[in-house]
Amino acid sequence: MQWEVVIGLEIHTQLSTQSKIFSASSTRFGNEPNTQASAVDIALPGVLPVMNRAAVEKAIQFGLAIGAKINRKSIFARKNYFYPDLPKGYQISQFEVPVVEGGQVTIRVGDQDKVINLTRAHLEEDAGKSVHEDFHGMSGIDLNRAGTPLLEIVSEPEMRSAAEAIAYAKALHSLVTWIGICDGNMQEGSFRCDVNVSVRPLGQKEFGTRREIKNLNSFKFMEQAIKYEVQWQIEQIEDGHKIQQATVLFDPDSGQTRMMRSKEDAHDYRYFPDPDLPPLVIDEAWIERVRSELPELPEAMQARFQSQYGIPAYDAATLTSSKAMASYYEATVAAGADAKLASNWIMGEISATLNREERDIADSPVAADALALLIRRVMDGTINNKTAKDVLKKMWEAGDSADAIIERDGLKQESDTGAIEAIIDEVLAANAAMVEEYKSGKEKAFNALVGQCMKASKGKANPAQVNEVLKRKLG
Amino acid sequence: MTYTLKQAADLLAAGKTSAVELASDYLARIEAAQGALNAFITVDRELTLAMARKADASRAAGNAGLLTGVPIAHKDIFCAEGWKTTCGSKMLEHFVSPYDAGVVERCTAAGLVTLGRTNMDEFAMGSSNENSAYGAVRNPWDRDAVPGGSSGGSAAAVAARLAPAATATDTGGSIRQPAAFCGVTGLKPTYGVVSRYGMVAYASSLDQGGPIAQTAEDCALMLNVMAGHDVRDSTSLEMAKEDYSRDLNQPLKGLRIGMPREYFGAGLAADVAAAIESALAEYRKLGAEVVEISLPRTELAIPAYYVIAPAEASSNLSRFDGVRYGHRSQNYEAYFEEHNKEAKEEKEKVTLLEAMYETSRAEGFGWEVKRRILTGAYVLSHGYYDAYYLKAQKVRRLLSEDFQAGFGQCDLIAAPAAPTVAWNLGEKGDDPIAMYLADIYTLGVNLAGLPGIAHPVGFGANGRPVGLQLIGNYFSEARLLNAAHQFQQATDWHTRAPAL
Repeated sequence: MQWEVVIGLEIHTQLSTQSKIFSASSTRFGNEPNTQASAVDIALPGVLPVMNRAAVEKAIQFGLAIGAKINRKSIFARKNYFYPDLPKGYQISQFEVPVVEGGQVTIRVGDQDKVINLTRAHLEEDAGKSVHEDFHGMSGIDLNRAGTPLLEIVSEPEMRSAAEAIAYAKALHSLVTWIGICDGNMQEGSFRCDVNVSVRPLGQKEFGTRREIKNLNSFKFMEQAIKYEVQWQIEQIEDGHKIQQATVLFDPDSGQTRMMRSKEDAHDYRYFPDPDLPPLVIDEAWIERVRSELPELPEAMQARFQSQYGIPAYDAATLTSSKAMASYYEATVAAGADAKLASNWIMGEISATLNREERDIADSPVAADALALLIRRVMDGTINNKTAKDVLKKMWEAGDSADAIIERDGLKQESDTGAIEAIIDEVLAANAAMVEEYKSGKEKAFNALVGQCMKASKGKANPAQVNEVLKRKLG
Repeated sequence: MTYTLKQAADLLAAGKTSAVELASDYLARIEAAQGALNAFITVDRELTLAMARKADASRAAGNAGLLTGVPIAHKDIFCAEGWKTTCGSKMLEHFVSPYDAGVVERCTAAGLVTLGRTNMDEFAMGSSNENSAYGAVRNPWDRDAVPGGSSGGSAAAVAARLAPAATATDTGGSIRQPAAFCGVTGLKPTYGVVSRYGMVAYASSLDQGGPIAQTAEDCALMLNVMAGHDVRDSTSLEMAKEDYSRDLNQPLKGLRIGMPREYFGAGLAADVAAAIESALAEYRKLGAEVVEISLPRTELAIPAYYVIAPAEASSNLSRFDGVRYGHRSQNYEAYFEEHNKEAKEEKEKVTLLEAMYETSRAEGFGWEVKRRILTGAYVLSHGYYDAYYLKAQKVRRLLSEDFQAGFGQCDLIAAPAAPTVAWNLGEKGDDPIAMYLADIYTLGVNLAGLPGIAHPVGFGANGRPVGLQLIGNYFSEARLLNAAHQFQQATDWHTRAPAL
């Protein structure tokens, strides 16, 4: 039997606000436990939540970036359950009316584009953390994270493979970091994915029963978890078992998913509108202000790069894969580099070296204007491409400018026709056999002669000039 | 010697007494009456005198405000830094608040001196003050009678002249009904006028703080201190500062008082009806016109309230889990062992954590609180939400519409505060429904978010006080205080004090 995989994602993105969603405490990560827990965060008797408008603004940014509907009036609700790291005994979230509804994200798998529809995105607060190490036979509670603003982004079940799910998660990750609403740090839990997976016989209309894999915090684990889960579900069904709706966890050590709770154990969260918070009202002016401040989005920028710089679609897509790379590219071109050469250099040498050194382009030792100068020296014939690569290496290590290195190491390309002619005459005299071969019709011999000339000039001769003079001399 | 708030303020201003002297006198009265009335949960002489000394010092330095050095009592529901804040519950028996409620902050800033923390029904749930983990409060007019609830301690303290005034809260009548039962004046402001920050939440969409005092004038002075926008409470209204005493001396000529016929039918005791009738006659004498109106859906207020309030309470009280503060059972490990040994099926078993929650909450909460948490969890649960919670919210809107229609025909609405005078202690202890039904005249005001005042208008059976309730439209506090003040200028019910 042919099986079709159906995947939908719920992604919790931590919004990068200074203070928490309902209190003034800092949201900084990694401080001493409970040093960022105010009366409101630890839910002392009598305290009340106050909405942080910065979190709402980030939700609006996201909604606009995916072309969604921003609800002019959305409602905060209480999701009631007991857990030690949930101080109020309920989480403030949005239930019936979320702040963002609908919207789309385009993903690319192989050379296929696919549009994924989003269901909604809603604001809510994060819980604290239970700490089990360090406490013998007891649990510690750290409430620093309690109340950190989250935007939970829910997709339609429109992905049909692990690859599509990963592509979607990566596209969202890139988008939220691009527009600056989330730092995207997955190790610190700023971007956490819950994946709903089901399988059905190919061609069947109804969805199969889904299981939800909770809290995946790396794309690698997500891929492993989905692949394992899909295989497990298919085997279960083929063995004659029914899939039971459940929540599962992925164990990276065993590479397997295991059940956390079944549907029967599912909580009744007893949602109801939070009487402490009036409806969240967002007016047209607010939306328009956010829209006007929204940065150019990757798709738009990609199209602009193609038309403005005349570079191929592939280059434009690669250069807009992060905001830092895009601005590096634009700065390089703005400093006088040829658009296509700049693209080649950034996608080639620069990216390769950064990858090797695991550095981000924002921290590149060779700044955009320094790279532009190097490219200009290739463009104006001061050095050739091969020499330029060596110069870049030296720039990378020493931080000197291209001109300084060319000057110091005497790398300036020989363009003096007299000098080049003298070298060519010498080479021709020393390689009479090759000249004969060429004259008898062997084109290859010409390239060999060019190579000899370049060698004789220690790489400094202008290759185009060598070509031209050599051709003339050989008649 | 005891005083109204205004008298105490005048004496202090004239230099005829000091804050320390006043506080000491009242502390002595509180101590003497505590055995008989149990109106206070916590008294802390040192904290009180420290505040009084500070008040005297700031008066000496020329920095006194109108009420600097005047002593008052706080209902034990308002968090106050350094004070035990129990909310009438064993759950918070040892909870000393690390912060001040908005109301407490404002009172302290005004120089008011805290005499102590008044008794109350646990988490403000009750109409008789019998649901306190610290024992029932007795009615100063008749110690066999309840003082009303949930602000029974505040009302009893003011009635027995143990404090010139007290803060209180009203979720379904908890200011107006005990004020009526104890023969004092109590004002429940428009929802959002007084900050709920630091006021332990019972039912957030209904809770509202307000004053209880001997006179309407004192209530106005207290509200001037208590009211005001608080950014820490998102339901607090952004309004310009008001002087609630500005209209006290306006004549009542032309005031239209509506009498809703649904409030004066079967179920209203004859003694209460008679006292209210003569009070309305007094209002006519003062120039008011009494017109009959209708609030047709009045009786729906009871089921609507007893769905919405428990629903919110069940969630509000979830934070009392024994994890961070409050009562944590010593017996949860034993319960865990025993319970799981007796469990017949795997799914009956509890985790150690669940055992801790269950025992802590079982021991920390009283019966009425548990009843309301269970009711609330039920009406919010999957499959019942629409039938109960959503339906109750619709009823709530209809009740508000009824009031608005009523205010089309009158300026203020007159009503009893309760169907009877104070009942006997223990009388309704086994019958929560009977107790709930007695809230019929006060619940609508909370559901609609309106202001209401109760003031004494005479005595009924067994010499127990009767109170009249006046209900105004939104933000008509000054008007309500004006009416009650004019009534009190013409009568002396509010000056009567029980013999201690």
